Amino acid sequence: MGEHILTWMTFFPVIGAAVIAFIPSERREIIKTVAAAAAAVPLILAVQLFMNFDRGSSAFQFVEHYTWIESFNIEYFMGIDGLSVPMVLLTALLSFLCIIASWNIEKAVKGYFALFLLLETGMMGVFMALDFFLFYVFWEVMLLPMYFLIGIWGGPRREYAAIKFFLYTLAGSVLMLLAMIAFYLNVQDPVTGDHTFNMLHMFDQANHGPWLQATNIRHLLWIGLFIGFAIKVPIFPFHTWLPDAHVEAPTAVSVILAGVLLKMGTYGILRISYPILPDAALWFAFPLAILGAINILYGAYCAMAQTDMKKLVAYSSISHMGYVLLGMAAFTEAGINGAVLQMFNHGTITAMMFLCVGVIYDRAHHREINGFGGLGLQMPIYTSVFSFALFAALGLPGLSGFVGEAMIFMGIFPVYRTVAIVSALGLVIGAAYVLWMLQRVFLGPKNDKYDSLPDINARELFTLVPIGLIVLLLGVYPMPVLNLMKVSLNNLIKVVAG
Amino acid sequence: MELLNINIPDWADLAWWLPEAILCGTFLVALLADLVVRGRRPWLPFAVSVAGLVTAGAYAVAALDPGTRTILGDLVVVDGLAAYFRLLFIFVGLVTVLFAWTAEEIMGRTRENKGEFFALTVLMTAAMCVMAEAKDLLMLYLSMEAVGIVSYVMAGYMRTSLRSTEASLKYVIFGAVSSAIMLYGLSLLYGMTGSMQFDGIRAGLMGGQVDDFGLLVAVILVIAGMSYKIAAVPFHYWAPDVYEGAPTPVSALFSVGPKAAGFALMIRFFYTTLAAGPDAAGSAGLVQQINWPLLIAVMSAVTMTYGNLVALRQLNVKRMLAYSSIAHVGYLLMGFVLLTETGLQAILFYLLVYALMNLGAFLFVVAINNHLRSEHLDDYVGLGFRAPWAGVMMVVFLASLTGVPPFAGFVGKWYLFIAVMDKQWFWLAIIAALNSVVSLYYYFRVVKAMFLTRPAEGANLSPLKLHWLQYVLLAVLAIPTLGLGLFFGQFTGLADRAILMMTTGF
Repeated sequence: MGEHILTWMTFFPVIGAAVIAFIPSERREIIKTVAAAAAAVPLILAVQLFMNFDRGSSAFQFVEHYTWIESFNIEYFMGIDGLSVPMVLLTALLSFLCIIASWNIEKAVKGYFALFLLLETGMMGVFMALDFFLFYVFWEVMLLPMYFLIGIWGGPRREYAAIKFFLYTLAGSVLMLLAMIAFYLNVQDPVTGDHTFNMLHMFDQANHGPWLQATNIRHLLWIGLFIGFAIKVPIFPFHTWLPDAHVEAPTAVSVILAGVLLKMGTYGILRISYPILPDAALWFAFPLAILGAINILYGAYCAMAQTDMKKLVAYSSISHMGYVLLGMAAFTEAGINGAVLQMFNHGTITAMMFLCVGVIYDRAHHREINGFGGLGLQMPIYTSVFSFALFAALGLPGLSGFVGEAMIFMGIFPVYRTVAIVSALGLVIGAAYVLWMLQRVFLGPKNDKYDSLPDINARELFTLVPIGLIVLLLGVYPMPVLNLMKVSLNNLIKVVAG
Repeated sequence: MELLNINIPDWADLAWWLPEAILCGTFLVALLADLVVRGRRPWLPFAVSVAGLVTAGAYAVAALDPGTRTILGDLVVVDGLAAYFRLLFIFVGLVTVLFAWTAEEIMGRTRENKGEFFALTVLMTAAMCVMAEAKDLLMLYLSMEAVGIVSYVMAGYMRTSLRSTEASLKYVIFGAVSSAIMLYGLSLLYGMTGSMQFDGIRAGLMGGQVDDFGLLVAVILVIAGMSYKIAAVPFHYWAPDVYEGAPTPVSALFSVGPKAAGFALMIRFFYTTLAAGPDAAGSAGLVQQINWPLLIAVMSAVTMTYGNLVALRQLNVKRMLAYSSIAHVGYLLMGFVLLTETGLQAILFYLLVYALMNLGAFLFVVAINNHLRSEHLDDYVGLGFRAPWAGVMMVVFLASLTGVPPFAGFVGKWYLFIAVMDKQWFWLAIIAALNSVVSLYYYFRVVKAMFLTRPAEGANLSPLKLHWLQYVLLAVLAIPTLGLGLFFGQFTGLADRAILMMTTGF
């Protein structure tokens, strides 16, 4: 597996899904075990990747490069750099934990786990592909499993939420598709002179044809790509699919949605839009900062108004992704590093919050914030875990959320001072909605209805504790992740901002 | 100026026409066999048809690289384009025959004339092959009429069904009108250029002694006639009613076969008579007074948008597929806008992909109709769990029709996008892309009914057991629908060669 580590990480889950398809549906335990094993392999490989990744190089590593479809110069081109490694680690970790967290799925077990594994393949592929066509295929491959996971195993309004998610994302990705074809037709392979999908060739401005050098064309293509990615992030005003999808999706799927899928939007901007269209990226920097600020404040205010815990967490995701945009708009070292760190941290912290909401929903069968009260007495361990996650979310120093946000503000402040100051309000509102929810759910007089609620169990703790440890560790000492990405990201800034 | 310039046929070249000859023979034998058994043992004509189609298919594979063979005294030509389409039609014919065998609508106990169905399908296949080969106005018209007449009979196949006979009648009336219109256009072309041959017409037009307005009228009339065949807006009115009324296997055949044949004919006719030739970037240089690209582009955009918007409102799955097939004609026309080689190649590849996924979707409808006697969306609730394997394959077909990777439908659309964007026709690409998003909604409404919607209390949830042949056919169609999405190099190569052979051969 050493040679083709990225391929194994991407496609091992498919093998697992294929095996599951042929296990009789009554053998539920076997299906779950196979799924867990199929997700464990990429996790183990991810650890290996983490150990062996050369932190001093901005080049792509573990590269696999083969011809896929010769007549169109499409390549199977996989590789990772400092930008993708944190995302790959996050994907491997969350996918495995989510399979464990899904152990209590009762309905159509076989389909659920097979689809979940297909989803993992799509996510892995997106973070590794270096051929635009390949990237697009992985990007879209995720849609079908996601549609079914929300649509079959989701809550009461799942049909609406599933198709809304699908329609929004597809609308965005067809724009990306058109931009991709435009690049394909106007970027030359420097060696053969043919059209190419190779991203590395697209990054090199010297390969761009004359049509692609016109400023307004570049701005147009930027917008096309941006809308595609913005829907995924989601950036205001393209965010309305997110609360629906999150609320209706089963717990583990919400975790993947918030933890990994949202990151694909910002990852796409950093991986594709920035290096291919650096001038357009600079042109769009200020609007991006503004959009980031809107996301932060709008998301936070909406979160405050929610009475459903899951919806609150969903809107808090919109708010937190706003910080990422803010960092990306800065084009400073601290800003971009902070943005990617925040992507990773948001993945872990939101995953914890969604898992915690799932724990209480499994017991009480509702998520009304005002329907609880005094749970701290009834479920002390659960309360401490959830509070830990919430404090991480509001950016308490010492936990990982703080580090990323601090870096982002350090990065943006010298560039767009007013935007930074306005956005900082989001931190205050963030603290407000988190603490207010904490107070209503865990403090106060105990609700007698919940006298018999059992505390969090060992399996649930098993999914939460590893993430919690990472959040704590990165809060105190963020270097393990920062070191991974620093060189590549600084190189990216150099490419874009010169 | 001779009317018909008939040479002594070269018998060696006639060997390239063996598949058509076999198909015609098969038709006669199947019909005879049905007469002998007096319609009581339909398996005999069925077996004869299958054997004939398979043999013809084998020859067609062997003759995939014919060069350019003109036969029957310059009336037809067997070249790359013809060889490609011939194979496609035989495949479509074979699939239709096989799945008609499993369809209650055709084989049900009360049905009459079962054997004739198979014979007619074979005849239609032969006629479609000739459509792709015609290089003479006379042959063009005769082959189109041959396909048409068989179609009218097949649409009205369920004689006792009011819907079916209505479909047939509509088809006849629309067909007669449109072929009259086209015939008028053809006669104008002949009158202006003095030739029935496509290349003769081209030479006549190049001569420059042609009245501009007359040419414009003639070309528009011909386009109108052909648009009827492929069901492009505004000549589509017959399609939904015919598709809905005809027995489902027939609708499946109609939505793929004659449509592809119409495209084959259009490609050969317009490319060889009107296009400026392979070296002039494929613009329709000869007809300066017609803004050809704009005309076709508008037709394409309107057709896809209309088909998709109306499909949104359909609750009958069969009728929905009928409108969706109109939308797909819109996508296909994109490749026709610029008459470039890339565009034509994209059309060829898309037709192959479209045949696979659309036949697959129709086959699923047939299989379900056998059990439920219904094509209504409400009756599809819970089907995904009652017939899981078939349900999953239906998802593959629908996702591919939407154009979602990694399925073949995506590659087909992507290729068409490349063709128009290569010449900077962005607005058309954007309209087509947005149309794909619209189509997602109605295709996935079927998926939603099958998998997402919870069945009502007391609904029948017993597993459905499909005919084994239906499982085999679904898999035969679903596997390449996925496979061609991942490894399409070979098959786009085939389409490329077919077009190259045509463009450089004349």
